[in-house]
Amino acid sequence: MSLLHLSEVTRTVIPPDQPALTILNGVDLTVEPGDRVSIVGRSGSGKSTLLNLMGLLDQPTSGTLTFDDRPVKSYSSAERDRVRGARIGFIFQQFNLLPGRTALENVTMPLLYASGTQFWRRKAIAAEMLEQVGLGHRLTSLPDRLSGGEQQRVAIARSLVRGPSLILADEPTGALDLDTGQTVMELIDDVATRTGAALVIITHDPAIATRARDHYRLDRGVLRRADAGVGERAAVLAVGGGGAAGPGASGASA
Amino acid sequence: MKRALTGFVGAVLEAWQELRIHRTRVLLSLIGVAVAVCSLTTVVALGAIVQQANEELSERSSGRPATLYLSAYSDGTGTGGGSGEIDGELMDATWADTLERYDVTYGSRVLSGSQNVGFVDGIVPVGVQAVDQPYGEMHRVRVSEGAWFTPGDALQLAPRLIVNQIFWERIGSPDLATHPTVKLGGQGAQPTTIAVVTGVTPVASYETEPSMFMLVDQFAAVQAADPTGGGGGAGGFVDPFAGGAQTQYEMWVPPALAEPLIPLLQRDFTAALGEGVQVDVFRQDFAQYGDDPFLVTKLVVGGIAVLVLLLGALGLVNIALVTVKQRVREIGIRRSFGATAGRVFFAVMMESVVATVAAGIAGVVAAVLVVQSPWVRDLVGQGMITDFPPFPVDAALLGLVAATAVGALAGLLPALVAVRVKVIDAIRY
Ligand SMILES: Nc1ncnc2c1ncn2[C@@H]1O[C@H](COP(=O)(O)OP(=O)(O)O)[C@@H](O)[C@H]1O
Ligand SMILES: [Mg+2]
Repeated sequence: MSLLHLSEVTRTVIPPDQPALTILNGVDLTVEPGDRVSIVGRSGSGKSTLLNLMGLLDQPTSGTLTFDDRPVKSYSSAERDRVRGARIGFIFQQFNLLPGRTALENVTMPLLYASGTQFWRRKAIAAEMLEQVGLGHRLTSLPDRLSGGEQQRVAIARSLVRGPSLILADEPTGALDLDTGQTVMELIDDVATRTGAALVIITHDPAIATRARDHYRLDRGVLRRADAGVGERAAVLAVGGGGAAGPGASGASA
Repeated sequence: MKRALTGFVGAVLEAWQELRIHRTRVLLSLIGVAVAVCSLTTVVALGAIVQQANEELSERSSGRPATLYLSAYSDGTGTGGGSGEIDGELMDATWADTLERYDVTYGSRVLSGSQNVGFVDGIVPVGVQAVDQPYGEMHRVRVSEGAWFTPGDALQLAPRLIVNQIFWERIGSPDLATHPTVKLGGQGAQPTTIAVVTGVTPVASYETEPSMFMLVDQFAAVQAADPTGGGGGAGGFVDPFAGGAQTQYEMWVPPALAEPLIPLLQRDFTAALGEGVQVDVFRQDFAQYGDDPFLVTKLVVGGIAVLVLLLGALGLVNIALVTVKQRVREIGIRRSFGATAGRVFFAVMMESVVATVAAGIAGVVAAVLVVQSPWVRDLVGQGMITDFPPFPVDAALLGLVAATAVGALAGLLPALVAVRVKVIDAIRY
C-alpha cells in the first residue's frame, strides 16, 4: 500500500494562441509512508507542476494518480480539498505566509479547516507547534517583522500543525542564505522523522537533495531515478561540502 | 453535522479577522448601512407606536372594541305622550335592566353639559362630562393625580369631581390627599354645592379650557338644585332626569358578542319604550376605521432608507471586490491548506454579512435611542398616551434582517470571484 502513486502521468497545457505544451511526460513515482524523496531539476523543468499534482492541487492530463491507493479522479473536489488539508502539508519557497496575520494566526489557519478537537483547541495546538520550531517567543509577531529563516520556520510549523502524512516542500531553502537554509533543512528533516511523515523535497540544490533516501532528477518533464549517480555525488561534494554529505551518505549507499 | 458547526464557526472567524485587517475601509462603507438601518427601523417603530397612540386616543373618545352606542328618540307617531319626549327615568331603568340581563359589567351613561364653578377670580362655566363609574375603564381615562371614581363615590353627599390639569392648576394644584373642594353654582342668589376634587386628568397640548368629569346622578342633583347653573345644553336648561335625548348610553362588550347583541338591545328597548320610539344601536370604536394617516410619510422615509441601504451595499460590494482581488494569493494559500471552494465562498460572503450585521446592530441601537428619547415621545404622544408602547420588536428584527440581507447581497459577487480563483495560479510566483 502506497501513500502516493503516479503512473505514466502527463501534464499538458494549452497556452492561449500557442501550441500545446507538455510540461510532464510519462512520470512514474511512488511515495511510501515515511519516505524521503528529493527531486532536483533546472528551473522550468516542471518541478512545481509535479508537486501541484502530488498535492492534489492539479490533475494529470493523462496517466493515473492515486492517493491512499484511490484514484484522485474519483475524489470530489471538496473531498480533495479535505484530504489535502488533513493529510498534506505544503512548504513554499516564498513562505506564503498570510500578510498582516501574526505567526500564531498563520499557524492556526489550517486548523480552521479541521473539525473536532483540532478546530476547538487550535490556538493551543498552534502555539505548541511554534514552540517546537523554536518560535515560542514570537507568537504575536507579524511576518514582515520576522527574518527569512524565521518566516520559513513559521511556514514549517503551519505545514505540520494538522499532523500530515505527506510534506511537500518546493525549494524550501531557495530564498534563504546558505547557513539559514541548512538549519531550516535540518528542522524539516527532524520534524518529518519525528512525525513519521513522508517528505518530498523539490530543489535545485544537490546538497539539499542528498539528505533524502530516494533521489530523482526531472529533466524537461521526464523523471528519472538519480540514485548513486557518480556525477551526482561529485556535484554534491563540490557544492554542499562536508556538512551536507553526512545524512546524504546513507541514502546514497542504499 | 460536527463539520458543519466547525465550518460555520470557522468561516465567521475568518471573516472577522479579515474585517479587522481592513477595518478603516470597511468602517467607512458601513456608516451608510448603519444610518439606513437606523432610519428604516425608526420609521417602522414610530409607525407602530403612532398607530398604538391613535388607537388609544380613539379608544378614549369612542371606546374600546367593541363599544355599542344606544340612542332612542321619538318619531312623533307614538302613543305615549305624543309630544315626542321620551321618559328619561324609564330609559335609565331599561338601561339598568338590560345591563343586568346580559351580564354587562361595563356600561355607562354619558351626558355632556356645563356647570358653573367658583374660582378665586370668579364664577366660570366649566364643561362637564357626566358619566357612570365604569366609563374610566371603558375609555382608558388616564388620571395623573388621585384616582378615577370608585363605586362608593356615587353614595357620597358631596359630588366628586375628576378635573383636568388646567382646572387643577387654576385652584392652585392642591394635594388631593387633603380633599380639596370647590363651589359649584352660586351665580347671583343661587345656592352652592361643595364638591370634592378626587382626581386630575392630563391635557393634550392643544387644550386650554378647564373641564371635568362628574357622576351622572350627582351632576343631575346639582343641576336640579341650580337649574341656571351654567345650563346643560344649547337650550340653557336641562331636565335633570331627562335621560332620553341628551344622554348617550354605551357598553363595552367582547367584540364577538357585539353583533348578536345589537338586535337584542333594539328589541328590548323598543318593547320597553313603546310604539313610536326609534331605537338605534351601533358600534363606533376605531376598529371601523383602518386608515393610517402616516402612510405616506412612512412610505417616503422608508423608501429613502431602502435607497441609502442599497447605496451602502454598493459601496460594500466595491470594497469587497477590491479586497478579494488583492487576496487572490491568500485565497490560494488557504485552499492549499484545506479550504474547500464552498468554504471560501461562505467565508467571503460572511465578511459582508458580519460587517453589515454589526452595522445593523449599531443602527437598531441608535433607532431605539431615537424612538425612546423623551423629545420624540412628546412629539408622537402629545402627552396623551398612557402606556407608551415599548420599542416594537418587529421593527428591530426588520432592521437586522434588512442588514443581513444587504450583507448577503453585497457579499455574493466577491464570493463568486473568490471561488473562481485558480489555486495553482494564485500560489505561483
Ligand atoms: N498553466 C501554464 N500555462 C503555461 N505554461 C505553464 C503553465 N504552468 C507551467 N507552465 C510552464 O511549464 C514549465 C514548468 O513550470 P514549473 O513546473 O513551474 O517549473 P519549475 O517549478 O521546475 O521551475 C515552465 O516553462 C512554465 O512556464
Ligand atoms: Mg518551481
